[in-house]
Amino acid sequence: MKRSYFAAPYGLWMAVFTIVPIFLIAYYAFTLGGGFSIENFRMFLEPAFVGILTFSLWLAFLCTVICLVIGYPAALLLAAKDMKRSSIVVVLFVIPMWMNFLLRTYAWMTLLEDTGLINRFLEWIGIGRQRLMYTEQAVLMGMVYNFLPFMIFPVYSVLSKRDERLLEAAQDLGANAFMTFLRVTFPLSVPGIVSGVTMVFMPAVTTFVIPRLLGGGTFMMFGDLIENQFLTMDDWHFGSALSLIMMVLILISVGILNRADPSGQAAEGGGLW
Amino acid sequence: MKKLISILLTLVTLAPALPAMAAEEVNVFNWEDYICEEALTLFEQETGIKVNYMRFTTNEDMLVQVRADPANYDVIFPSDYIIERLINENLLEELDFANIPGAAYTLDWLQSAAYDPGMKYSVPYMWGTVGILYNKTMVKEPVTSWTALWDEDYRGNVFMMDSIRDTMGITMKMLGYSMNTRDQAVLEEVKDKLIEQKRSGIVKAYQVDETKDKMIAGEAAMGLMWSGDAAYAMGFNENLVYVVPDEGSNVWVDAMCVPKGAKHKTNAEIFIDFMCRPDIALLNFEEIYYCTPNSGVIDLVDEETLANETLFPTREIIDRCEFYDDIAQELQAYNRIWLAVKSAR
Amino acid sequence: MKALRRAYLGLVLVFLYAPIAVLVVYSFNQSETRAVWGGLSLKWYQALFHDKNILDALYVTVSVAALATMAATVLGTIAAIGIHSMKSWTRDLFMNVTNLPMLMPDIVTGISLMILFIFMKVPRGYGTMLLAHVTFDIPYVIFSVLPRLKRMNPNLYEAALDLGARPQTALLKVILPEILPGVITGALLSFTMSLDDFAISYFTSVRTANLSMLIYSMTRRKVPPTINALSAIMFVTVLVLLFVVNNRGSDTGRGRGTSGGSAP
Repeated sequence: MKRSYFAAPYGLWMAVFTIVPIFLIAYYAFTLGGGFSIENFRMFLEPAFVGILTFSLWLAFLCTVICLVIGYPAALLLAAKDMKRSSIVVVLFVIPMWMNFLLRTYAWMTLLEDTGLINRFLEWIGIGRQRLMYTEQAVLMGMVYNFLPFMIFPVYSVLSKRDERLLEAAQDLGANAFMTFLRVTFPLSVPGIVSGVTMVFMPAVTTFVIPRLLGGGTFMMFGDLIENQFLTMDDWHFGSALSLIMMVLILISVGILNRADPSGQAAEGGGLW
Repeated sequence: MKKLISILLTLVTLAPALPAMAAEEVNVFNWEDYICEEALTLFEQETGIKVNYMRFTTNEDMLVQVRADPANYDVIFPSDYIIERLINENLLEELDFANIPGAAYTLDWLQSAAYDPGMKYSVPYMWGTVGILYNKTMVKEPVTSWTALWDEDYRGNVFMMDSIRDTMGITMKMLGYSMNTRDQAVLEEVKDKLIEQKRSGIVKAYQVDETKDKMIAGEAAMGLMWSGDAAYAMGFNENLVYVVPDEGSNVWVDAMCVPKGAKHKTNAEIFIDFMCRPDIALLNFEEIYYCTPNSGVIDLVDEETLANETLFPTREIIDRCEFYDDIAQELQAYNRIWLAVKSAR
Repeated sequence: MKALRRAYLGLVLVFLYAPIAVLVVYSFNQSETRAVWGGLSLKWYQALFHDKNILDALYVTVSVAALATMAATVLGTIAAIGIHSMKSWTRDLFMNVTNLPMLMPDIVTGISLMILFIFMKVPRGYGTMLLAHVTFDIPYVIFSVLPRLKRMNPNLYEAALDLGARPQTALLKVILPEILPGVITGALLSFTMSLDDFAISYFTSVRTANLSMLIYSMTRRKVPPTINALSAIMFVTVLVLLFVVNNRGSDTGRGRGTSGGSAP
């Protein structure tokens, strides 16, 4: 027996549970009232829907930038030579990721609500109650909180593998700390940044739970819209068209990101690690 | 590694026990927070039928799931206009009332309903109104009109409902139209009104089941609510007041039905009958505080409870209200407006 | 300078831990509402062990994760061996299909499976949730096992055959021990992905709720304080497990242990 046949059961499995479902989505996306139609895609071009998409992209972009700004220095510090021995600190950064993400989001609800801890603190120091929940900032905060580790770790894991001698060599050749960073460390970390950006941006664009819980239904994001079409409006055709659009969008952005990474390291495993 | 494998193996052998292959079962699909858990336990004890209990948030959410696989459910609890649609789409089983003697407890005025002519498919479970629950320490004057929900003094202080018919319906009432309007121009007006309310920052959130606890905690001055949730909240915070505004509102009935092709129809009917038993209906009434359609319960409660207008709305209040019709033809238009409101910024 | 660095890392950690700390602290609160501190109490921990909804959901979560992990590990390991010995174009095809579920947003995966199950008239519950979990778990196993196969000396298997071993024996006695670390990594990854999944389970099961689904439905009405107790227990479990794994050594996939949450 040829060993390549070993993959047959898996091939069958994926055909049934991955390929066929995608074709079903495509089928619903391109039909309406029993016949072929591109009406579902035309409908998407209405300002309201395009607006939802651009809003989601914008929020996801902001979230990615914030994660990068906060996460990159953290990863850099974690990978620094004097930190290496204290792997406990690294583990400390991992732990929150292992908590159920709904629990983490719920925790923020208890902090941000009008009668929550932050507001009670603000009242106590005399600033008074602020509206924190159900705002764009709350949604953004929730996303940054949930996805920050996805930025820190890819960058950290690339930087921690870098060859220390490169840094020493740069210094020996007269580069100051800044130049060393710019010419050595930063280029080395690009694959990590690429996979970090992918890992933050993707879930941020598609999330529907965080805006629902922290935005109180006042912000509709693209994931919300899709969920809503399937679970409330019962419009599989439009919903499928939206899902297809999202899929294509993700595939394109992953493609672009992988191209931005010359070493192709982030492409391994679909850029997920 | 060996330990890991043995743990996994134990789990495998245990797992099949979970989907409970009990001979007798009934799959119940009900609203969130809409039953007394004790009633379910009593049902299981007395009949030996296991209840698989599932929950939904709005009529529309429920309808999607029932349409997707009707045979997954034996008893569902849709509202009037959804029952009308389910009947029209031939998605309900006719009930065998020989198995449901308890249906006789249903109040007379609920026995002749337009949504189910001849009452062949449904047995009322609860009924109620839609109104405003407000915190009297947080408003400048008692609320009597829907326009309060558009008052800019309450910016960021109003909970609206994440439910298409209710939020759009009360807007129609405020504008002086019927809640069942199909007029495109009126629908546009409703859309503008709701977007205006959202853009001016009055709406704190669109939600359903969360509102009652947030109102108890004093998170907002007022919220659009169903009467039972309001009554529940009032039990925990004495500053809360429920009002059905003068312009009128919606009165609704949630009834128990059996979807087409239900796998345990007889068990479903036994369950429905059990819910009609006055002592059980009383348990549910005292737990969820919606208006009871059960004459047997009314005989069991005291004078003071009967006088509570939230629990037992007066004729005058009911007359101000109307039922929702199934607007199947205009559904798409309603949905589009609702999406426009939800996505407005 | 060093102090400044520490301060920065400290701040990020505070941000990451503050919400969790709040849940843990409230889990000891005697009073039911968060508005009042009623003194220390363990009553929510007691209540937790009598809360049928939570215990059922916990059972579903763990059993689905365990079963899906086993199925995915077996299927995935065998598939990886098959893929490894493939010629170029079939190999590319398989790799692309394997990549697909990892690239697709959870919500789309969930919805596509929901459509499939409804289309096939399969009632959505425990079984469908399990099938969905196996589907998204397999790629993790394949991607963990393949690098090990690449590193293996291809002559080992041939040598075993030349020495008279039957193919099955050669597979079990020669290949499996070589790739075992990859298999374990894949299984661990699958297990954590399954444990934490919300979006895919949400669309593929109506009848049975896992923990994520239960917490989601609770946040939409009222979250009982028992959930705080549950959070605290989960936190401590994760804490202990990670430190144990960390001290044990790095065989369980360096850099990969960092991949906890899936995020719908």
